[in-house]
Amino acid sequence: MDLYLPIANLSVNALVIIGLGGVVGLLSGMFGVGGGFLTTPLLIFYGIPPTVAAASAASQVTGASVSGVFTHMARGTVDFRMGGVLIAGGVMGAGMGVFIFRLLQYLGQIDTVIGILYVLMLGGIGALMAKESIQALVALKTGKRPPARKRRHHPLVAALPMRWRFYRSGLYISPLAPLLLGMATGILTMLLGVGGGFILVPAMLYLLGMATQSVVGTSLFQILFVTMATTMMHAMTTKAVDLVLALLLLIGSVVGAQVGTRLSMSIRPEYLRILLATIVLFVAARMALGLGFRPDEIYTIEVR
Amino acid sequence: MPRWRALLALPAALALMGADEPQLVPDVSQREVVIQYSFTGADLLLFGAIVYPDGRRPDKPADIVVVLKGPEQSITMREKQKVAGIWVNADTARFRSAPSFYAMASSRPIGRIVDERTAAIYELGVDKLQLSPSSLNESAELSRFQSGLVDLRARSGLFVERPGIVEITDGVLYRARLPLSARVIVGDYTAETFLVQDGRVVAAAVRDITVRKSGFEQFMASAAEHWSFVYGLVAIAMAVGMGWAAGAIARRI
Repeated sequence: MDLYLPIANLSVNALVIIGLGGVVGLLSGMFGVGGGFLTTPLLIFYGIPPTVAAASAASQVTGASVSGVFTHMARGTVDFRMGGVLIAGGVMGAGMGVFIFRLLQYLGQIDTVIGILYVLMLGGIGALMAKESIQALVALKTGKRPPARKRRHHPLVAALPMRWRFYRSGLYISPLAPLLLGMATGILTMLLGVGGGFILVPAMLYLLGMATQSVVGTSLFQILFVTMATTMMHAMTTKAVDLVLALLLLIGSVVGAQVGTRLSMSIRPEYLRILLATIVLFVAARMALGLGFRPDEIYTIEVR
Repeated sequence: MPRWRALLALPAALALMGADEPQLVPDVSQREVVIQYSFTGADLLLFGAIVYPDGRRPDKPADIVVVLKGPEQSITMREKQKVAGIWVNADTARFRSAPSFYAMASSRPIGRIVDERTAAIYELGVDKLQLSPSSLNESAELSRFQSGLVDLRARSGLFVERPGIVEITDGVLYRARLPLSARVIVGDYTAETFLVQDGRVVAAAVRDITVRKSGFEQFMASAAEHWSFVYGLVAIAMAVGMGWAAGAIARRI
């Protein structure tokens, strides 16, 4: 079933795109991440121009995170104050991302930077996750409980001036720390079309030292608003948001996300995490090879 | 500019015709190609008649070359090179007049119809396109970029060469089918027909073809361009609405 994409200027098989959205949605429902890290590279691989892919993937992440946010709000596991600070930073970061995006586009290095960022980000986070989940699995098998980690934020965070109380996160820290964190994810969202949940969740746990139960809800809350802002910024600046492409991705991913959420309840979280770590490392390795191997296309054309 | 060159060449060709030169009466199957939701490309039939003065046909059959050309674009091309172990964009070249689409068909392989010089004047063949480079590259570098462009566009169906597919019936009627890729851009296209006798272009004619997006596709493209804020809001509303609806439905099941 071929469908013409009015902004990307090419026709795609609608079922392939819906299926792709479905797979990504399934993963996002299972692991509580946006899944943008998979959508953008897959779309580019399918032949969609990189800018259109990144711009349209952001709105898919919005759709996939909405129902998660509602669930967490009902459970009271969203720290609105922390989320607000993160969003403020995220929107600022997305604004900076627009500028960086244009600069890199002008220099012709946007593809390389996107590739390197993916490898570093996914490789780093994937390795961290793999280590954690293997330790958890070993602990599960041997029956030994891992020593309880002392929940404390990073010394750098403590050094920042001005402190606010974040009750639901159980923190008394400077709002500058989450603001900077939000900014970093905002830049990534704009450049890569990812939600930034990958960076956010570990950073909230290990850098800020947030209470575990409110981490996922708050990060979803931030992702929801930052991807909304990013979609808007792409619509206003790059004009590369393809509504038809976004609709196809959304159809797949919102359904996939619901299925994924149900599946995740019947699988042990330790196995889920090692599965996610494997996928993340696999994508990172594939991207790293892509940087080093001779690319299929030596030449690229940019219309002015 | 090649477009000018073609235009300059036309009156010259017409002047050459005079009374005892043959004339071309070309036509195309579609004067307007509409891109709509199910657009996966189109096949264009270019056909017409050769009118000889007094109806006398020459003893040696003439050849026909048809060229379908899309709007010209100003482009920047980048070439990847291996730097410190990874492939990055290194060299660039800029061209002011690269056709977004180019398709050519001829009754015999082009090398056997015209010589190099004539082919270059009328831009017959993807390697004969006048791209008007605007950056300061060496000529060896430019030809490398040009072949890169041809290769890239040929594989996405934007540059097509079909030698030998023009059928000429009884020396007066000709027809050729050229594919229009799904990736074509909207704009004004031209279908040029050349009548070649003894390596000389003796007649030329042009027909215009318009490629445009149909209602919905046109609406989307112009909305994204002109009402980008509202367009963005719609994209966000769609994402939130669908995510919320899916969640609400899933809770009922």
